[in-house]
Amino acid sequence: MRTIGLVALHVFRDSVRDKVLYSIVAFAVVLMAVSYLIGQLTAGEDLKIIKDLGLAAMSLMGLFIAVFIGIGLIAREIDRRSIYAVLAKPVRRHELLLGKYLGLVGTLLVNLSVMAIAYYVVLAYIGTTLSPAALKAAPAPPTDPRLLLAVLMIALELSLVTAVALFWSTFSSSALLSAGFTVALYVAGQFGADLKNFEQVVESPAAGMVGRVLYYVLPNFAAFDIKAEVVHALPLPAGYLAMTTLYAAVYIAALLIASVMIFARRDFK
Amino acid sequence: MHAIRTEGLTKHYSVGFWRSRPYVALDNLTLEVARGEVFGFLGPNGAGKTTTLKLLMQLIFPTTGHAWILDRPAGDVAMRRRIGYLPENPTFYDNVSAEELLGYFASLFGYRGAERSRRVATLLDEVGLGPERRMQLRKYSKGMIQRVGLAQALVNDPEVVFLDEPMSGLDPIGRRDVRDIILRLRDRGATVFFSSHILGDAESMCSRVGIVAGGTLVASGALAEMVPFRIRGWDLVLAGVTADAAAALSARAAAATLIGDGRYHVVLPASASSEDAVALAKSANAELVSVNPIRDTLEDFFLARVQKSAGRSFD
Repeated sequence: MRTIGLVALHVFRDSVRDKVLYSIVAFAVVLMAVSYLIGQLTAGEDLKIIKDLGLAAMSLMGLFIAVFIGIGLIAREIDRRSIYAVLAKPVRRHELLLGKYLGLVGTLLVNLSVMAIAYYVVLAYIGTTLSPAALKAAPAPPTDPRLLLAVLMIALELSLVTAVALFWSTFSSSALLSAGFTVALYVAGQFGADLKNFEQVVESPAAGMVGRVLYYVLPNFAAFDIKAEVVHALPLPAGYLAMTTLYAAVYIAALLIASVMIFARRDFK
Repeated sequence: MHAIRTEGLTKHYSVGFWRSRPYVALDNLTLEVARGEVFGFLGPNGAGKTTTLKLLMQLIFPTTGHAWILDRPAGDVAMRRRIGYLPENPTFYDNVSAEELLGYFASLFGYRGAERSRRVATLLDEVGLGPERRMQLRKYSKGMIQRVGLAQALVNDPEVVFLDEPMSGLDPIGRRDVRDIILRLRDRGATVFFSSHILGDAESMCSRVGIVAGGTLVASGALAEMVPFRIRGWDLVLAGVTADAAAALSARAAAATLIGDGRYHVVLPASASSEDAVALAKSANAELVSVNPIRDTLEDFFLARVQKSAGRSFD
């Protein structure tokens, strides 16, 4: 466990200094600030739009971090051969892999926290500019604590994306290819509900079956999107958050186990 | 007790996308290196040197055969506490400093707190890294990275050190420093296994060498046994040779060639001695600039074995 912790700490130290990371976070903060201007153009709906855009910016920028820095965890290390020196130390391959995963999830959580703070600052400022009538008409207050639930779901989603990135990296020798696979799976995972209902819109039972199998196999990233419910103050089904958290935990565990098994026998040519 | 032992170590790769065919990177390598030896693993590029080192480090797994380090299987994690490894053309993490990188590696070996800081500082001094040790590695030159690589291979004060082309990318000062480090390791009883295609390195440091070509070990043994180092003649440079003296030189030497400005390159036969060289210079009333024996070298031996193995001429 100590080795895993040491690797995670090192990954965190290396990745929080990555210039790409700063650009992404800065871009997200700018995007949230700009959402204020966009909100001004839409009479009456501004608060909801700002909330929605802010969460979308956090999710998108987090995805960039998870994919582009996440791929660097293993794929770039193999590409650049920096992994050779580490694996010659008293470090088991699974310890390296899990340490790297935890280090990047840590980096993601820190960045997500920075973005969430910026998000609340923007919302609090907007709250001061709204008239009492507008505040009363809004479905939820500007700094609604419930928004944190959406941030939590984004954190879970990004932890899953990181596990997917790690999984591809364990057997692909190209960082670019791993990034491509991860983004492809993320996009496919956004259509979870469509895949589930695929058999209702196609005539071929075989095609319907393929859709259903894909629904169960592919990570259902759409499940983590509760932006609409939170922004519009709509109720969530009972136990939804707990079930989604469990789903993420099980999927991440499965991906990490598969990654460890593949990585254990991989040749670093 | 052996420092390193391999038995029939073989590695095949599949090459080709559509129709894959086997490529033999290493074939049936059986080798023993005793404790305290400096062993040079020599061969041309693509001979199988790095493959062997990767198999020993378990970065790749053998198709057949076995390897042991310090009498433990090559994959034993506890054994790795006692060894160090410098990969060929190493690269590390861009955003950390040499100090942080070594601190990280030292902590993987259980160093903590002040002891870790002391160990890191000592190592960085040993490989000659000054205040730049606090700079991010992205700003380092190739030679500086090689020095960091060497330091990380020694972080745990290892009993066996594996160095893959340790002189690569280094300037003459860096090469001398690495040579000194290897000799210091030898003096304190460590085993050093290093790969190189630069034979001078092996000649100046190794007690034994192995020569690998085309994935096969073509020769191994003590240098003195492999290369007899017998004197085949003498190589002289004389200065201030007059025209009359030059004619006399040509008559007495096996060859005498004018370099220019009264300087001559003279070759004496194997039957001559170093005293004959001094006498020749005296008789020609010339200054003896240098006198060197012409010997069989590791290079002669190496080229002959590699040529034989490849079945082709290198001329």
